[in-house]
Amino acid sequence: MERVECIVVGGGLAGLAAAYGLASEGVEVMLLERGDYPGSKNVTGGRLYTSALQEVYPELWEEAPFERPVMRELITLMAEGRQVTLEIAADSFTVPKPQSYTVIRAKLDRWLADKVTEKGGMVVTNILVDTLIKEGDKVIGIRAGEDEIGADVTIIAEGVLGLVSEAAGLRDKPAAASHALGYKEVIELPAGVIEDRWHLNSGEGAAQLFMGSVTMGMMGGGFLYTNKESVALGIVVGMDWMRRRPDDLESWQLLDGLKQLPQIRPLIAGGTVAEYSAHAIAEGGIAKVPKLLGDGYLMTGDAAGLSLNALVTVRGMDFAIASGYYAARAVLEARKTGDFSAASLSCYQTCLDHSFVLQDLRTAQAVPHVMENPRLFDHYPDAVTRLLEQVFTIGPGPTKRLMSTVFRGVRRDFLNVATLKDANQFRKL
Amino acid sequence: MSDGGTGSDGRMSIAAKLGLNVFKLDKEPHIVIDHEICRAVCTKKVCVTVCPADLYELNDEGDVVVNWEGCLECGTCLICCDERALTWHYPRGQFGVQHRMS
Repeated sequence: MERVECIVVGGGLAGLAAAYGLASEGVEVMLLERGDYPGSKNVTGGRLYTSALQEVYPELWEEAPFERPVMRELITLMAEGRQVTLEIAADSFTVPKPQSYTVIRAKLDRWLADKVTEKGGMVVTNILVDTLIKEGDKVIGIRAGEDEIGADVTIIAEGVLGLVSEAAGLRDKPAAASHALGYKEVIELPAGVIEDRWHLNSGEGAAQLFMGSVTMGMMGGGFLYTNKESVALGIVVGMDWMRRRPDDLESWQLLDGLKQLPQIRPLIAGGTVAEYSAHAIAEGGIAKVPKLLGDGYLMTGDAAGLSLNALVTVRGMDFAIASGYYAARAVLEARKTGDFSAASLSCYQTCLDHSFVLQDLRTAQAVPHVMENPRLFDHYPDAVTRLLEQVFTIGPGPTKRLMSTVFRGVRRDFLNVATLKDANQFRKL
Repeated sequence: MSDGGTGSDGRMSIAAKLGLNVFKLDKEPHIVIDHEICRAVCTKKVCVTVCPADLYELNDEGDVVVNWEGCLECGTCLICCDERALTWHYPRGQFGVQHRMS
């Protein structure tokens, strides 16, 4: 059996970040990627928050091929026939440094793979890892087709489905109740058109979320991210919510519904659809994170359920990069003694515990439960948009006093037992 | 110019959207349906509604069939099939969808 010091399963951001850290320190690391190139199988919404990555390879992010720094955040509440958009522009989103960027994974991951190669790491594409090889509880390598490769330690970065780690008994099968489907179209538009439509200075970007009737009452929403010369427009919907629907609605129809709305059409008019992609998203929070390490292996990124949908901020890629970084550090530490047992690798758990990754997941531990509240996706968008619609409406008959309209709407939709119960639940957010 | 040809107005079929993607097709399917399980225990056929690429359909005999060639490899069908009627692997290395802009 061929041998290397470390195998990385999967060339997404977690695996690449791990391989980069190891290759930089001269570790013999082989990353196996099933696609034609790293990024070819990967899908984001997508936006990467870089604010928490200041200590994680700071030298990299200055030159990374990002699309646009996000300087405008838009939240659009939607109900049948009306929308309300809140647009937030804050200097702190971009000054002194942008806190987030829109990204295209085929570019970003490919670039990071080149960095790994520059540091002496091996990035091997077109190889699908079929299984882990175990000796008792210890992971000692991988099998890919006819090939077996042994390693002192295997970093599992295979992504959200976790097929290889599930088969090896290292994690559970992903459950519909804790996963959402995300899918999107990439629609090409000239840079100037994007900047005009989202009120951006040259090179700046916007992120827009849509909540309410866009998912027909189901947990989730729509999203739009501006790339340099395209926008990614898509839908996230809870898998269990789709499954429970009594009607024949098909998931892909939600995006077509969004695109056909008279309020959305002008945003993408004249654009050319260039790609259609989909991805599962782990939304189970800290409660669904599997054991992160064992004898001879570490789990990183989506494979370890490290993602967080906190309603208005959606994160996963920064967690992936940080977990890959800490996995590399743990391997470097263990390598000093040549002992890659769980005990020796346990600093990975400690590092993650003290990092934003597990701290933010713990802070947000109430989120998955709150997101189960269907009123978030029907009642509130409906009530807020109706109230504002009424405030701005002049009917044919006598108009009521402004405050009387407001109070009537507030009393009807917000001052009731259900809302008070919701408020109590939302306090935990 | 109207958007009719380019589809940004939403009037684009799923097949046309998938037609924009780069797929490298293997000879063997990477998704296999156990029809006996489907017939015996599955009443909901959620695979038909959850797949974002609309790959699952019922044939004339009422069996679920999958047009795996257009698979986006998201795994939603696998996650949603409680009956475990799907044998679902990623396509072998060098096959399947190859994203350029996602």
